[in-house]
Amino acid sequence: MNSNQLAALAPIITQSVAVLAVMLGIAIRRSFVFTCCITAFGIIASLLALGFAWTESPVHATLLIRVDACALFFMALLLPAGLAVLGFCFDYFKDREGENEELLLLLLTALLGASVLVASSHFAAFFLGLETLSISLFVLIGYPLKQTRPLEAAIKYLILSGVSSAFLLMGMALIYAQSGELTFSGIGHFIANQPAMNVMVLSGVILIVAGLGFKLSLVPFHLWTPDVYQGAPAPITAFIATVSKGAVFVLLLRYFVSAQGYAYTPLMTVFSFIAVLSILIGNLLALLQNNVKRLLAYSSIAHMGYLLVAFIAARSITHTLAIESVTFYLVAYFITTIGAFGVVSVLSTSQTEAGDISFYRGLFWRRPWLAACFTLMLLSLAGIPLTAGFIGKFYIFTSAADGRLWGLLLAIIAGSGLGLYYYLRIIVVMSINIEATEIQPGKPNQNRISMAMLAVLTMLLFWFGIYPDLLINVIQPVSHAME
Amino acid sequence: MILPVLIVVLCLGGFASLLSERSNPDAPRWIAIITLGMEALLVAVQYTKADCIDIMTTGMSPAWFAGFNRPWIPRFGIGFHLAMDGVSLLLVALTVLLGFMAVSSSWTEIKNRQGFFFFNLLTCLAGTVGVFLSVDLFLFFFFWELMIIPMYFLISIWGHENKTYAAIKFVIFTQVSSLLLLLAIVVLAQISHNQTGAYTFDYFKLQNLKIDPDVAFWLMLGFFIAFTVKLPAVPFHTWLPDAHTQAPTGGSVILAGVMLKTGAYGLLRFVIPLFPEAAHQFAPVAMTLGAVSVLYAAMMAFSQSDLKRLIAYTSVSHMGFILLGLFSWNLISMQGAVITMLAHGISASALFMIAGALQERFHTREMGRMGGLWSTLPRLSALALFFAMASLGLPGLGNFIGEFLVLLGAFKVNVLLTSVTALVLVLSPIYSLIIIQKAFHGPLQNQSFGSDFNRRELAALGLLVLATAWLGLGPQTALNVSAPALKQLMQDNVAMEP
Repeated sequence: MNSNQLAALAPIITQSVAVLAVMLGIAIRRSFVFTCCITAFGIIASLLALGFAWTESPVHATLLIRVDACALFFMALLLPAGLAVLGFCFDYFKDREGENEELLLLLLTALLGASVLVASSHFAAFFLGLETLSISLFVLIGYPLKQTRPLEAAIKYLILSGVSSAFLLMGMALIYAQSGELTFSGIGHFIANQPAMNVMVLSGVILIVAGLGFKLSLVPFHLWTPDVYQGAPAPITAFIATVSKGAVFVLLLRYFVSAQGYAYTPLMTVFSFIAVLSILIGNLLALLQNNVKRLLAYSSIAHMGYLLVAFIAARSITHTLAIESVTFYLVAYFITTIGAFGVVSVLSTSQTEAGDISFYRGLFWRRPWLAACFTLMLLSLAGIPLTAGFIGKFYIFTSAADGRLWGLLLAIIAGSGLGLYYYLRIIVVMSINIEATEIQPGKPNQNRISMAMLAVLTMLLFWFGIYPDLLINVIQPVSHAME
Repeated sequence: MILPVLIVVLCLGGFASLLSERSNPDAPRWIAIITLGMEALLVAVQYTKADCIDIMTTGMSPAWFAGFNRPWIPRFGIGFHLAMDGVSLLLVALTVLLGFMAVSSSWTEIKNRQGFFFFNLLTCLAGTVGVFLSVDLFLFFFFWELMIIPMYFLISIWGHENKTYAAIKFVIFTQVSSLLLLLAIVVLAQISHNQTGAYTFDYFKLQNLKIDPDVAFWLMLGFFIAFTVKLPAVPFHTWLPDAHTQAPTGGSVILAGVMLKTGAYGLLRFVIPLFPEAAHQFAPVAMTLGAVSVLYAAMMAFSQSDLKRLIAYTSVSHMGFILLGLFSWNLISMQGAVITMLAHGISASALFMIAGALQERFHTREMGRMGGLWSTLPRLSALALFFAMASLGLPGLGNFIGEFLVLLGAFKVNVLLTSVTALVLVLSPIYSLIIIQKAFHGPLQNQSFGSDFNRRELAALGLLVLATAWLGLGPQTALNVSAPALKQLMQDNVAMEP
């Protein structure tokens, strides 16, 4: 390994060092605030290390990891997302009993796994990253040990995640058995030189897709989603919905682009079915929910379906446009989802999780800024202009129209119509008139960090919604790099 | 340069009224009035400058007298491109006038959360002005969606008993149809990308695009559905009676007076010029829809007992005239359509203001529970009679001119449909007179005396009386403003000529 490879690995190394530092920090002094500070410092240091790695990219740092503009961009998306979740975690856990310091350690290891995942170019790195991420998530979900719901959620996630990993490994084994290759590009060469479709490889790819489908909660692999979203503490839900899903989606895209996955036409039919089912079932089931966390869970299933449409479009259009669409949509989705769960987390107290929709009654008049922020996040999820979600949806429309996927576009339109209904339902509940006497002056809330995070997220939401040009200019080289 | 300021002033005014509520609960409505005053001034300045051509407009045809173009999202060739011609000037002027009316009718009706109310009102107007001015399709869509959300809040927060249902229905109808519009716009840009190698959403560039007739037909349909849902025309009209009935008076005024006109404007500005052949092919269907809307809605109006619902159906009926006029595509019928837009905006808003005033006084919209009001509320009743007459198309008032011109123009194109549509001249007096008969004549039903119109209400409605009479007696001024723009449109699209 030479020096520029080492420099390219700097962000990952910094994160590992931060993990060790947090572990030692807890051993020396068990203080939640102190641990939070080290964690935040570690994440910021890794972000700075990205700049260091930027100068060296693109470079293959070992066989396993390829550090290019794309990997760095997504790390630069995952790390601030982790930072935002950390901010919400701080306010969420600071008044709770028990030893909450290890939570932050696990947050860092999960981030490390996600970072490895977006940079992997080899099945080994792929699997290691995914498992580091998943194993940290089991514990994070079940962290409030003395409550039943988180525990139930953690067990559910543990079992289903284990099954999906098994699928994944089987798929990798099948592909390896045929091609003798573990690197993505090697598999790509093998497939490109194959005269006809190789059934073994195809089955392998399908198994991998099934495994990743669990992580992305695509229908029909979505059954764990609502329970886990509802059971996990709100900031952790935000983490699962964004960092975990985002990293896995990027990996899926990278794998298909570099390993010639698009060469198999029947796969795209499978994907189209999965996308339509995710959009329709996600949106339809969300209509029935009375719990905001469950509702957002189903809506995230639908959003993964929308993303998948751009992914499918990459088959027939230039890869750059499709990758650009996916990337922009992911950025918008990260901002909105973290913001939405952030609001849930701010409203939750140590006694109750703010899941039930009645919690939000008249929120507009009790806490106007928080309600306005939540409204904007929901409108962005619904794809209304002025928000980043609209530009994201525009991108998806553009890719799908370019790829002539009319059926999928109709599914998106139908899904958006349904989606609007349940997003508006929350907004309606928030704007119900309540008597002035019902508005309790309440205790001065000490959620300053969360509120600051929400303010930043809202500003980003507007910025990328009104003036997306800057972000687009950043994304364009990313899409070229992945290709 | 005035054009972007027109939008920005309204937005800033909205934020100012939102923030001013803390210092003084009465401040928001004054800020709204001041904002609209400034806006009116700007429109007047723009009107006086209409003759001298702006520097920005070089390269555009002389029908356009103001323009503003800045790149916005260069990746997709999207520009912040605004332009104004006669039609948009008239509609922006209507928007400002009805903005005043909306503020006036909300003066005492809205008691809680005034800041947020006027914020929504002004941002909704800003979105509408943006729709009338933008000539970049992406920007147009941006504003098109933007005006929906404030209107949703107006209905869902300050509306009446069934507000949630009405508000959600309104948003879902308009939103789903507008996604079809977005799809059509994106495909249009994609075609330009395939032909020229660059994305563009610019109206003037897209007009020169050569589109395969089959594709053009589908794209036209996407635009057409979005605009006819907003217009609305049968069979997409069902959201309108609900939204109108439940909306607060100010919301109804904006909805009927201005928002419905965005649909008509979209048909005029985009559907026919962008897809002339397809629109020509589709014209018989569109005209039939127009005629059916005119007659069906008139009959539905007659059978309503809820005053606001009745007025809502008359709106659908009048909008049918616009559809008929636009798709006849000759100068007379188009001018008729434009005059109908203005005249209906004024008369329908006035009727909604009167209905709102009655509801504020008697807490009911049921005409059966009013009755005999003429003896207690003479001024209100006289004004109601005046606007009912305007709405039925009494010669000498604005609506008559519009409908007459539409029928005159459409007669040349389709004799049968026009003759059938003309039957509404029998139906509209029936539904107009039933209002007067049920609500204002007969024995006095409601013993609780409400007060008659005060000075503010008289001034507001008086202004509308003048405007209607002016449109009816001297329509030439308005016709002169819109003529160059319409002539230009017709010149560019010879294919529509029958």
